[in-house]
Amino acid sequence: MANTDAIVGWKTITFGCHVLEPGSSAKFRTGDWRSQRPVLDKEKCIKCGMCWIFCPDMAYSRTEDGYFEANMEYCKGCGICAHECPKDAITMAPEE
Amino acid sequence: MAKRVGIEVSIALAEAVRLANVDVVAAFPITPQTHIIEHLSESIATGDLDANFIPVESEHAAMSCCCGSSAAGARTFTSSSSQGLMLMSEVLFIPGPLRLPIVMAVANRALSAPISIWNDHQDIMSQRDIGWIQTFAENGQEAFDLTLHAFRVAEDRRVSLPMIVNIDGFILSHVIEPIEILSQEEVDQYLPPFKPVYRLDPRRPITMGPVGIPEVYTEARMAHSEAIKASKRVIIQGWKEFAELFGRQYNPVETYHSEDADILLITMGSISETAMTAIDTMRDKGQKVGLVRIRLWRPFPGPEFRKAVGKVKALAVVDRCLPPGATAGPVGTELRSLFYKVPSAPKIFNFIAGLGGRDVTVKRFEEMVDKTKAYIKKRPKELYEVIGVREK
Ligand code: SF4
Ligand code: SF4
Repeated sequence: MANTDAIVGWKTITFGCHVLEPGSSAKFRTGDWRSQRPVLDKEKCIKCGMCWIFCPDMAYSRTEDGYFEANMEYCKGCGICAHECPKDAITMAPEE
Repeated sequence: MAKRVGIEVSIALAEAVRLANVDVVAAFPITPQTHIIEHLSESIATGDLDANFIPVESEHAAMSCCCGSSAAGARTFTSSSSQGLMLMSEVLFIPGPLRLPIVMAVANRALSAPISIWNDHQDIMSQRDIGWIQTFAENGQEAFDLTLHAFRVAEDRRVSLPMIVNIDGFILSHVIEPIEILSQEEVDQYLPPFKPVYRLDPRRPITMGPVGIPEVYTEARMAHSEAIKASKRVIIQGWKEFAELFGRQYNPVETYHSEDADILLITMGSISETAMTAIDTMRDKGQKVGLVRIRLWRPFPGPEFRKAVGKVKALAVVDRCLPPGATAGPVGTELRSLFYKVPSAPKIFNFIAGLGGRDVTVKRFEEMVDKTKAYIKKRPKELYEVIGVREK
């Protein structure tokens, strides 16, 4: 899943190895590192958004019904959301 | 019009920076570089130079500021020496691969321990592989000229690399010499405004200095290394145009009585002038001795050096740095590598001299030449020799 745009030769690499495209880190899918995933218990969730704020990979986005859902292409399974959730609504489940 | 004045070399170098109309100077004072940045700070305070002086808390911060200001598109200068250069070291490796054309003057000085404020080349040699273009000045005029040349070359869009002008601490930095100071019009003729290839601009965001994962790190370093090698053409062109405008011609290596010489002294920096006096003395006695002086240290001008040396029998290579446990001094090692397995290569003998401010006199050069003559006949036991060191 890792972005293969980075595979370049020394003659074709960008000047100074600069990244010339803003926001291009979205192309770098960090989800394949994950060994566990966050699982949400909607019964407990109060839609406070702490998981969304604390996720270091900005994997969370708000869904139409007001809950927060992590994008598994980016979630690297760090467990910070589960740790920060004030209602213990998130548990980390092992990836198969 | 250019004016010839009696001026301290540090002040003349700072004048070159002022005439280059830099935008940012971020520096921390250290002996023997102090007068350079003192003069610049004064020029900025009095309004003679319209620039920002950042009085940083350390050399590490100085170089960090320089990286930032150069990345933002500002013409940037700093200067350091010895222990200050050591504190800067972590950051010194960064502007090269990032292609940030910072210009720095290094007033070369010994390293602790023991503490020494005096001149040799150990500071810069410890930073040999930082990936900057590096030149060595022989006298005050050269220090002035090479500084302007450094801005011109470093900022050339085909180069876009940081550049160091080395001047010997005290021997050059604190000496008053007659130096031709170019006028503003003349400098403007030679040095175009800085137009960076890329710069940090919130309206057109880019990232400088991302992580280099194993898949790209080698390629990034190779690209930088090749850029340094390719810069030689622009360096030489910069000198050629300088000569066309102002009449002083500089080359990657200079020679003195080298054509018919049997033995060549190899030097860098200000001791080259003493070496020329020594050669005159030895020539008067009928000895066929000459000199090759290396002005451009990085990128190393291999073909130019080989051509300058010609078919000479032996090189007496002078290093002003003693790398403990190495096979030879840095210049000695460089040249042995350059001539390895080259048919009819000269014999190379390496002499370490002038450490921590010890004078390298005419007598010392004669001693090196005498030893070289003996070593041509009978190989010495050691790969280098420390000249003038007392045993007891
Ligand atoms: S486990 Fe870590 S990366 Fe994944 S959603 Fe939670 S905070 Fe984000
Ligand atoms: S932190 Fe917990 S309670 Fe708050 S929105 Fe996220 S899952 Fe729901």
